[in-house]
Amino acid sequence: MRPLAAQLRAEVTMIFTNGETLFLTLGIPVVFLLFFSAVHVLPTGTTHPADFLVPGILALAVMSTSMTALSIGTGFERGYGVLKRLGSTPLGRPRLLAAKILAVLAVEVLQAAVLVGVGYAMGWHPGGPGGTGALVGEALAAMVLGTVAFGGIGLALAGLLKPLVNLAVVNALFVVLLLLGGMLIPLSKLPGWLADVSKALPAAALSEALHGTLGHGTPVSGRDWLVLAVWAVGAPLVAGLTFRWE
Amino acid sequence: MDHADASPAAAPRHIGASTAPAVECDAVVVRYGDTLAVDRLSFAAHAGEVLALLGPNGAGKTSTVEALEGYRPVASGSVRVLGLDPGRDHRALVPRIGVMLQKGGVYPMLGAAQVLQLFAAYYDDPEDPDTLLGQVGLDRVRRTPWRRLSGGEQQRLSLALALVGRPEVLFLDEPTAGVDPEGRIVVRELITAQRDKGLCVLLTTHELDEAERVADRVVIIDHGRLLAEGTPAELASGTADGSVRFTTDPGIDTGALAAALGVGATVAEEGPGAYRLRLPGGAASPAVVAALAGWLAERNLSLGDLRTGQSLEEAYLAITGSRGVPESEPDAATAGRRGRGQTRGRG
Repeated sequence: MRPLAAQLRAEVTMIFTNGETLFLTLGIPVVFLLFFSAVHVLPTGTTHPADFLVPGILALAVMSTSMTALSIGTGFERGYGVLKRLGSTPLGRPRLLAAKILAVLAVEVLQAAVLVGVGYAMGWHPGGPGGTGALVGEALAAMVLGTVAFGGIGLALAGLLKPLVNLAVVNALFVVLLLLGGMLIPLSKLPGWLADVSKALPAAALSEALHGTLGHGTPVSGRDWLVLAVWAVGAPLVAGLTFRWE
Repeated sequence: MDHADASPAAAPRHIGASTAPAVECDAVVVRYGDTLAVDRLSFAAHAGEVLALLGPNGAGKTSTVEALEGYRPVASGSVRVLGLDPGRDHRALVPRIGVMLQKGGVYPMLGAAQVLQLFAAYYDDPEDPDTLLGQVGLDRVRRTPWRRLSGGEQQRLSLALALVGRPEVLFLDEPTAGVDPEGRIVVRELITAQRDKGLCVLLTTHELDEAERVADRVVIIDHGRLLAEGTPAELASGTADGSVRFTTDPGIDTGALAAALGVGATVAEEGPGAYRLRLPGGAASPAVVAALAGWLAERNLSLGDLRTGQSLEEAYLAITGSRGVPESEPDAATAGRRGRGQTRGRG
């Protein structure tokens, strides 16, 4: 346990001492939540913007941490030779990956706590107006699946691309999925063909799942479970193939 | 500088060490695509010994070390570290080796002490990180992140990271590159201390001076091939044949001079006025030099440019052919160098 615990502590320390990562994982989601609640430019379709915004931005927060931050960090660690050096210590790949996954989950718990806190302050509560919060468990399960799927995508790209190229690609992907993923703009506002493409991606599946369970009080659809599950299995497999120590 | 004879036997042994070599390369070939980085290289290093892989940049030193560390697959031949296969037995081997990469390899944002504590946690019975940090002289910068350490401080932290797991074998790739003179002394002392504790230390360097100072034995390689192997003293004397070189007027009676110097001595004029005196015993004693000077003085000949023996630097340059073998044709160079440089003199 000692190597894993030490590695986890180091991973979390690095996330919280890196200004850019902190801005990406906490700054952007909180600012978006406050900004779009105050400025009614988004066609949220709900009487209370927070009911749409809180679940969407939770999905955004999951994506920013598990895909973007993880991928950029891992890419640069490879570029600095850190992963190569770790390869000749007893830490080993399984414990390194476990520490990274646990660090991502730890950051997500913090993100969720902050966003839910801000959401409550703005009058949101789980399941929408009059909701019971009975579907919080389903929402959490969807977030875990989303984390695994996005983490796999991020690590796969970090294994394929040079650190600086990866930085650019992962940030671009973040913006594209942010726009197409139904996180800020409802999928119903996209052209039909684009919405169909989107629905096959983990971003839209996760945001739909969270909008349903936390916004409208409706359970996750079978299709969204399927899309999340397929990505959660496939992306880590690809990451395993592209993984390189150096 | 000649520890090689005494230390392997005298040094305290690490638990589990045996008389088998700690590090062994047998006809190792490493390829990158069509490029041959290491070409049938064989050598061994033992517990309680510092072995330097010496060669110019691109000689195949890093490829060799990385094959031993398990980073590079071996195309043919075999590598063994502590009797294990670095690729197949990776998990069993890594707790027992310490590695210093040629550069980088450390989280740039973490402080020196933080990184060392992190690495210490990977091992079952690590050195105390704070003590080790003091030993490498980084107490003052314990909170400084890696990226703001000087080049020399980074190298010393890398060395500490290699040592923290109490390894039995230490692989150091260019450990003093970019280190200031003061830091070099610290690094050399640490390497020597590990050797005295019974570790096997394999380091690479392209600096002769470094090899001469820290290594018990030197393996000189170029183009991935072994050119010469021996203690620094053996390599220097091996290529010099214990000869004395001097200059004086051209055309002296070399036969008479040889006769005057004693049985078995030979004198040859290698160029106009440039002579080489070879002695049967190998070593040029002060008496021989005095006799030479006297013989010349009797004949009113001047004596210039007298050199006895050879430094490792001259030996190295002669062996790698970087200078001093202009007569060798490119194709013949390797064979010629091997013939002259092969000094497997440990008996």
